[in-house]
Amino acid sequence: MAASAAVAASGTVKEESFKVENVQVDGLVVLKIIQHCEQEGGGPEAVQGNLLGLVDEVNKRVEITNCFPTPHRGDEEEEDSGQLQEYQIEMMRLMREVNVDHMLVGWYQSTFVRSSINRTLVESQFTYQKAIKASVVLLYDPVQTVQGCLSLKAYRLSEAAMEMCRDSWEYSVDYLNKLDVTHSEMLEEIPVKIHNSHLVKVLLCELSRKDPEPEPVDFLSLGTSVELEKNVRLLMSAIDDVGGDAGKFSNYQRQVARHQQQVQQSLQKRQQENAHRASRGDAPLQEEDVSKLKVPQCPSRLDSLLLGKQISGYCQDARQFASQSLAKLFLARALQDQ
Amino acid sequence: MAGMDRARVVERVRVHPVALFAIVDAYQRRSDDTPRIIGTLLGTFQKGTVEVKAAFPVPHQETEDEVSVDLEFASNMLELHKKVNTKDSIVGWFATGATITAHSNLINEYYIRTTTISTGPVHVTIDTALTGGKMGINAYRRAVMGVPGRTQGSLFFSVPCEVCSYSAERVAVKEMLGGKKVGDKTLSLGTDPEQVLRSTEKMLEVLQRIGDYVDDVLGGRVVADSSVGRMLSDVVASVPSIDPEQFESMVTSGMEDLLMVVYLANITQAQLSLGEKLTSIL
Repeated sequence: MAASAAVAASGTVKEESFKVENVQVDGLVVLKIIQHCEQEGGGPEAVQGNLLGLVDEVNKRVEITNCFPTPHRGDEEEEDSGQLQEYQIEMMRLMREVNVDHMLVGWYQSTFVRSSINRTLVESQFTYQKAIKASVVLLYDPVQTVQGCLSLKAYRLSEAAMEMCRDSWEYSVDYLNKLDVTHSEMLEEIPVKIHNSHLVKVLLCELSRKDPEPEPVDFLSLGTSVELEKNVRLLMSAIDDVGGDAGKFSNYQRQVARHQQQVQQSLQKRQQENAHRASRGDAPLQEEDVSKLKVPQCPSRLDSLLLGKQISGYCQDARQFASQSLAKLFLARALQDQ
Repeated sequence: MAGMDRARVVERVRVHPVALFAIVDAYQRRSDDTPRIIGTLLGTFQKGTVEVKAAFPVPHQETEDEVSVDLEFASNMLELHKKVNTKDSIVGWFATGATITAHSNLINEYYIRTTTISTGPVHVTIDTALTGGKMGINAYRRAVMGVPGRTQGSLFFSVPCEVCSYSAERVAVKEMLGGKKVGDKTLSLGTDPEQVLRSTEKMLEVLQRIGDYVDDVLGGRVVADSSVGRMLSDVVASVPSIDPEQFESMVTSGMEDLLMVVYLANITQAQLSLGEKLTSIL
């Protein structure tokens, strides 16, 4: 997969645990990500790419100075990760020749509203984070950006989540209790800053001269119910998923209870048998191997955690959006009064 | 698509901000002994307009007498790019610096061989040395001049060069522009209520300008332009005159919907955390 290929290519493994407190992104990276999404976008598959840069341990900061897209595979799933790995190695080598920071510090992905906090995301991020302690994933939302608000967020797996992924992919309930991980602690969001050198700022001034863009005033339009509807619909489907998951879990619990009962029963039978035999003078039978009764598999709790995270994301979005719309409505009313 | 337009000469160049950013970034990273950098421009060519979508630097050495360009690098990088964007092709090359030197001709020769535009590649210069107090961005195309059959030279014609971008790119550039006046180089992304605030402020500015203009016209300081006047009257007429009660009811129902959604969102979150606590107890 893309993650393992890049990890093998990077070759840098830091052992100490590392806390990243903010992420600094160069303007160039932002534009490149946007362009990549525009060119590939529209399809159901998210666009992906790798981030290159530096890790600043003193300030606990990850600086992202360049990025490159990874070709997405389309329908040929058999296209081996070998090719992808070659592509990444080659790209990083070429970057090195022109003095670009060639250290891999993470990866980016485009999302649709917030619908991509799912298992693949966690797995990929885990692979990256295992090899490169300071790696982050940047999620870019093209839909929101077009509406006028640049939406770029950085995430990392929390320490607890890393431990969980590292030890097992099973995520049984007891394990979760032990680590005390709630859904909000799986992925932590890190504030993002955009950074531009002074020369680039001159370029920006030049650009603003040459390309006087029309103000996106329709940001203030009041017809906002469509957005809200979409959000609520996504929320509902996520809740359905959680419901399904909860159902599975309660099934599991019932099975565990039944299993316990069965174990008890067989033990009792054994004992009775033994008592009988002892009363008749025969040698007691061996304790039957109770582990032959199948222990029910605990369903992975990871999905429920992630769904929880996603739902809270939707709720937050809905609230933000609603506050904006309320502000607009108040404005309109104030204007009308005048 | 490109085949039909191959015979046309390049009339106009449109550059995306991404390419410009990439060039400036590469310039800042160059090794100290090279005063300027060159590289390849990728993009599309249609109906006389070249649209430059990406750029990457190519290492090269330049001395008084000769120029050497790492061609292998250029072709490798192109291969990699093609894997992601199959539609882009080489449309020209760029160089930093304000003037076109004699070596430019040689480099141009190489690009003539590799570009898909049959009438010659486009050459873009970016003045990173900031002569004249600004960063000039110019585009040229080369034409052969002189007497055919005898010595021929080349002349670089200037081609109009403008900046175009996707709407998302524009939003990003505008966000970044917000930080240009501040002393420190970083800019954090604003929260959403701030967005509303900013948009309102902009609209107020626009309205202010219109108000001033109308005052000027009425005061006789500025000659009234009838087309502008007509546009203004259209704008004013388009504001629908709604019965104030109706308006109130519309606003309140809108607000009720929003508040309901906020309430639901809060409930869901409370439910989630409750659920988590319960499962951890069980």
